[in-house]
Amino acid sequence: MLVLSRKSGEVIKIGDEIEITVIAAKGDQVKIGINAPKNVEIYRKEVFEQIISENKQATTDLSSVMGLIRGIKGLRGK
Amino acid sequence: MKINTKYHGEREIEEKEIINFPNAIPGFLEEKEFIMLPLNEGDEFIVLQSLANRQLAFIMTNPFRFCKEYDFTLEDYVVEQLEIESEKDILVYTILTVQDPFDQTTANLQAPIVINMKKKLAKQVILNHPDYRTKHMLFSKVQFEGKKV
Repeated sequence: MLVLSRKSGEVIKIGDEIEITVIAAKGDQVKIGINAPKNVEIYRKEVFEQIISENKQATTDLSSVMGLIRGIKGLRGK
Repeated sequence: MKINTKYHGEREIEEKEIINFPNAIPGFLEEKEFIMLPLNEGDEFIVLQSLANRQLAFIMTNPFRFCKEYDFTLEDYVVEQLEIESEKDILVYTILTVQDPFDQTTANLQAPIVINMKKKLAKQVILNHPDYRTKHMLFSKVQFEGKKV
């Protein structure tokens, strides 16, 4: 991994189109600004990993309850 | 064409029914073509079935039916990726993590499936909204009518 030291307000450029700015650093927290093209999707990594984990859980085989779902005629708001 | 499905056996489908996920679904980057198959007679539950992988199938439902206040704005890049021209062309579903017992089933409101039915383009959108998480109890807000079959 490339490691760079930056001060508040300093910028890192990645390729032609992505810029990462250190906005502020306080204790163990760093505030970062990101400029990137609209088609670059930016997520907090733990959020993305949580989605992957939930998707994996959601595809677990649950044939046992499929019969129940098939029998459901409707959902009603309470 | 014939496909093998997880919950519906072998199915004859038409090319125009295929929904494309150009960026795939997080966790399953190999599969980009899916089809929607209703799971129950009331159409409340829809299976999102992968064409290439019989074992890959998500159970989805309409999130607005059990969470009336559900609301989010699509970022420009999503509108662009899905070539959305009108809100009317869009369907939104939430993926369910089905549990046994069924009343423990949760819905992933943080990452809805957004489909442009006109272009058959879809994406799992990840929302940056503090109220929406990956596990919302489905049945704290709805009752279901039916019988075990």
